[in-house]
Amino acid sequence: MALAAGLIGCFAVMRRMALAGDALSHVALPGIGIALALHIHPLFGAVAMLLFAGLLIWAIEDRSHLALETIIGVVFSGALAIGSLMTTGEDLIDALFGGAGMVSLAEIVFGVLTAAAVTIFVVWQRHALIVTLVSPDIARTIGIDVKRLNLVYLEMFALTVALGLRYLGVLLMGSLIIIPAATAKRVSRNLTQMLVIASVLAILVTIVGTLAAAHFQRPTGPFIVTIAAAVFFLSALWGD
Amino acid sequence: MAENPETVSTEDVILDVNRLTIRFGPVTILKDVSFRVCRGESVAVIGPNGSGKTVLFRALIGAIPSEGALKWTSGIRFGYVPQKVDLARDLPITGFDFLRARAAAGQSMDAALTQAIAAVGLTEALCRQPVGSLSGGQFQRLLIAFALMGDPDVLLLDEPTAGVDEPGQERLNEIIERLQAERRLTVLLISHDLSVVHQHATHVLCLSGGTAHFGEPRTILTPDLLHEVYGTPVAFHVHEH
Repeated sequence: MALAAGLIGCFAVMRRMALAGDALSHVALPGIGIALALHIHPLFGAVAMLLFAGLLIWAIEDRSHLALETIIGVVFSGALAIGSLMTTGEDLIDALFGGAGMVSLAEIVFGVLTAAAVTIFVVWQRHALIVTLVSPDIARTIGIDVKRLNLVYLEMFALTVALGLRYLGVLLMGSLIIIPAATAKRVSRNLTQMLVIASVLAILVTIVGTLAAAHFQRPTGPFIVTIAAAVFFLSALWGD
Repeated sequence: MAENPETVSTEDVILDVNRLTIRFGPVTILKDVSFRVCRGESVAVIGPNGSGKTVLFRALIGAIPSEGALKWTSGIRFGYVPQKVDLARDLPITGFDFLRARAAAGQSMDAALTQAIAAVGLTEALCRQPVGSLSGGQFQRLLIAFALMGDPDVLLLDEPTAGVDEPGQERLNEIIERLQAERRLTVLLISHDLSVVHQHATHVLCLSGGTAHFGEPRTILTPDLLHEVYGTPVAFHVHEH
């Protein structure tokens, strides 16, 4: 999960969708609410809603040419409010901040397969993602299907959010995607460095945060994100 | 390579544009624009800001839809150098990252990358720097190197010297001229520098108010036509040979 978050986050940060990515993670909440109401596994409700949101963002961006950050920020922050109305009590707290508990076999299989898919996508498509980042028009002239690449990227981002919902919750999963990548961006001199540093950081803060949460018997999400944020601020104080 | 909308096989003509019209919703940007480009020619596209020069180039590379006929000769490879690249200056993307991405996408050899940076006068040390730290002229040369890696027949250059200091402009113009001679490239160049256009172009396409004038520089770069197009008297320096 952390490896996938670190990798996909690099391109989210470079595409200037840091805030948008965080807002997108909130879309999972109504999905969880609907799933709980229908008595199905909350993860599947979250995944379905996130994938739909990715498709919707892609379609709106393609047709309206609004900035991606504007679309996600305006439309999907509302999802948090709707989700809060549909989910109540302990379920809401778990959904927002992540919760401990037994992980089902279905969750383990989903997690392993999705993390592998996201990792392979970023490593395999990093060259196409870089050229598209510099200029979508140049990318088109060398045969890259920019529209399809953008759609697949958004869906991979959505799946990465779903990966971390159990541990970090709706409010904080976007942070694990963005913060290690933002830290790596500050200290890296090239793409390979950024991908490696973001991945290693995401994995380290997840391990340390999980151990700390177990020690203090508190939810894991806030610990992981607090440590990630502390590392980011240290890198910012360190200077350029 | 981008897919060419249609193809023709007329000898020497590599691009045939006939009554090309481009609309954005209710707004017509270009209307019934026609011209032909033959192999090895250097065609300059001029016109005031907002006349549709960049829009025309984007239609030529297949990035936006158009009406009318737009036919590239079958098998033509083109390299495109855009005018504006909206890139944050603090990205940890080096020139090598960008060029290696081109090599990977086109399955080019490392030799093509080395040749391309040598052709535009970039050093390996510059290519190891983040692209945001390059000067305007260096970044334009990087974009030209990227275009050269596809071994193009045609180069489309959208104001390559915009925002570049004068020595950098001269160097870019020299590089473009040398590449055209060495590689027998066909060049389509958007430029506001009418002196350069007069000196280097074999043909000029002048866009204004959605319509176009096309011909040799001596027939297009006349005081009357330039006054009509730009709405003010336009003078430019003519280099004597």
